[in-house]
Amino acid sequence: MKSSRFDPVILTLGFAFLYIPIIILVIYSFNASRLVTVWGGFSLQWYSAMWSNEGLMDAAWVTARVAILSATIGTVLGTMAALSLVRYARFPGKTLFSGMIYAPLVMPEVITGLSLLLLFVALNVDRGFWTVTIAHTTFSMCYVAIVVQSRLLTFDRSLEEAAQDLGCPPVKTFFRITLPLIMPAVVAGWMLAFTLSLDDLVIASFTTGPGATTLPIKIYSQVRLGVTPEINAICTILIGLVTIGVIAASITSKRAELRRIRDEHVALRGAA
Amino acid sequence: MAKSLGPVKRKFAPWTDPAATPFIRFENITKKYGNFTAVSNLSLDIYEREFFSLLGPSGCGKTTLMRMLAGFEEPTEGRILLQGQDISGVPPYRRPTNMMFQSYALFPHMTVEKNIAFGLEQDRLSKGEIEARVQEMLKLVKLEEFARRKPGQLSGGQRQRVALARSLAKRPKVLLLDEPLGALDRKLREETQFELMDIQHTLGLTFLIVTHDQEEAMTVSDRIAVMDKGVIVQVATPAEIYEAPNSRYVADFIGDINIMEATVVSAGSGNGSPGAVSLDCDGLAVAVAADQECPASAGDRVAFAIRPEKVRISLDQPADTSVNAAYGEVWDIGYLGDFSVFLVSFADGRIIRAAQANVSRLVDRPITFGDMVWLTWPRDAGLVLTR
Repeated sequence: MKSSRFDPVILTLGFAFLYIPIIILVIYSFNASRLVTVWGGFSLQWYSAMWSNEGLMDAAWVTARVAILSATIGTVLGTMAALSLVRYARFPGKTLFSGMIYAPLVMPEVITGLSLLLLFVALNVDRGFWTVTIAHTTFSMCYVAIVVQSRLLTFDRSLEEAAQDLGCPPVKTFFRITLPLIMPAVVAGWMLAFTLSLDDLVIASFTTGPGATTLPIKIYSQVRLGVTPEINAICTILIGLVTIGVIAASITSKRAELRRIRDEHVALRGAA
Repeated sequence: MAKSLGPVKRKFAPWTDPAATPFIRFENITKKYGNFTAVSNLSLDIYEREFFSLLGPSGCGKTTLMRMLAGFEEPTEGRILLQGQDISGVPPYRRPTNMMFQSYALFPHMTVEKNIAFGLEQDRLSKGEIEARVQEMLKLVKLEEFARRKPGQLSGGQRQRVALARSLAKRPKVLLLDEPLGALDRKLREETQFELMDIQHTLGLTFLIVTHDQEEAMTVSDRIAVMDKGVIVQVATPAEIYEAPNSRYVADFIGDINIMEATVVSAGSGNGSPGAVSLDCDGLAVAVAADQECPASAGDRVAFAIRPEKVRISLDQPADTSVNAAYGEVWDIGYLGDFSVFLVSFADGRIIRAAQANVSRLVDRPITFGDMVWLTWPRDAGLVLTR
């Protein structure tokens, strides 16, 4: 098909639609003026103000801890779930369980949040840091399970059989053979879980309690009182972190690809 | 490259010695997957230092049988004895068998060295010992320069050698090879077959190989078990399997053969040898001599089978045309270089293949398409198959 002069225009419009709001947010984080919509010159004052805003910093710290903890626990549980779903084939209700792992993904967050809240109330648990962490673990586990499951489906089981055949007991086989080989999927799952926990507002607001305000909750409540440039500043930092993460991940996978191609070249030369 | 051939091989046939105890014994093994029976009431003895092949088409149960010996599958019924010990329930990581996988199953995140050392590390050998054994294995499979490479950086043939080295490193009592040469090209496969035989002979190990390639089984094995649908049809040496197949299935599976339906005219020692049989192949009179008594009796429907290379083809009429002689037209010729195969058709439409070694480069009057020819064969060349 011949490319028309119209194509670049459509491309620009599409990307503008996606990125203009973000760009505006980033630009205004460097605004000297207190008014969000009026440009008053370049300044970094909101970044320093952000550092000294104790409420915001506390929320950021809570969020980081919740995200790391829930992503880690979720990764362990999710990997285990994926292993049992893929491996221990043909137990009664396997299809049902495989399908059920997807349910939390399509379940409206309000319902997930509410049901967890009801559970915590029924168990008479004080809501706070741990309840948010547990809530985030429940959904991050599903995402990890799905990512790891798809990797395991293409995993050559004869590798594990070979290890056992050479005298390696099953648990050791998992740590020496299986885990190193599915590690990229496990790491990807962890990063996904971490990001999801970082930006969750709905479930966190249902399950949190006094003293455990996460960053999204904090930002949301502050915005209701009016957007301050401090919020723009912290959002810019978040965007920066996510961007770095995405770029790092793609560089890593690109490198792996390059190494694979190089290996193939070496193999061909060796065979000749 | 000059190669030392090692000592001349001695005749080896422990299965003919009634006092010999089997090294591996499959006792009435049955394996079912749901309603599907993969292996059905199978018994088999394999002897120490034997190179034994399980041969059959895919789905005949040969791989299942091997996997049961390795411990990856448990038999539904029956038991497996290794040196007289029942190994049922022993997990694969405690069995003194090692396996070379069809896919090689090399650990992609480890170097060649590490792959070979993996099994030795599980035995908690000292570092020096492992190092020495790895070097020895690398030397055995001629991969010393590739020790630091990862499997992804090796060619198919090199990977196959790493897999072999890794499975031999622990000096298993039995080495199991699952279609070990399937992924190699023809030339490399032939070379490797001889290397395998050499290694097996030098190390004095028992090899059990699973293959669907009859040529491979014939080349490497001391004995072959031909399998079909979960049962063993025949266990014998390659020569016996080829020259004395016990059924149409084996005859047809191994090599090329002409099979014709026939009726027994007379059987018994009337014609001199104990297994003498006269047959009527729908109008063609055939006489077969054998040293074993034929179980068929007059009137039975059987099959007469003869290998193409045992049929003589000639333009001249033989002296005696009353028996073991057929007259037909050359319908097609296959030139294979070392052999030419003639497809000769008869008035009733039947076709017999006759193979002739091309001993001379130039023939005065070569047999060609459309020639009327005589096919003859000696009495001891054909076979009577009763099943």
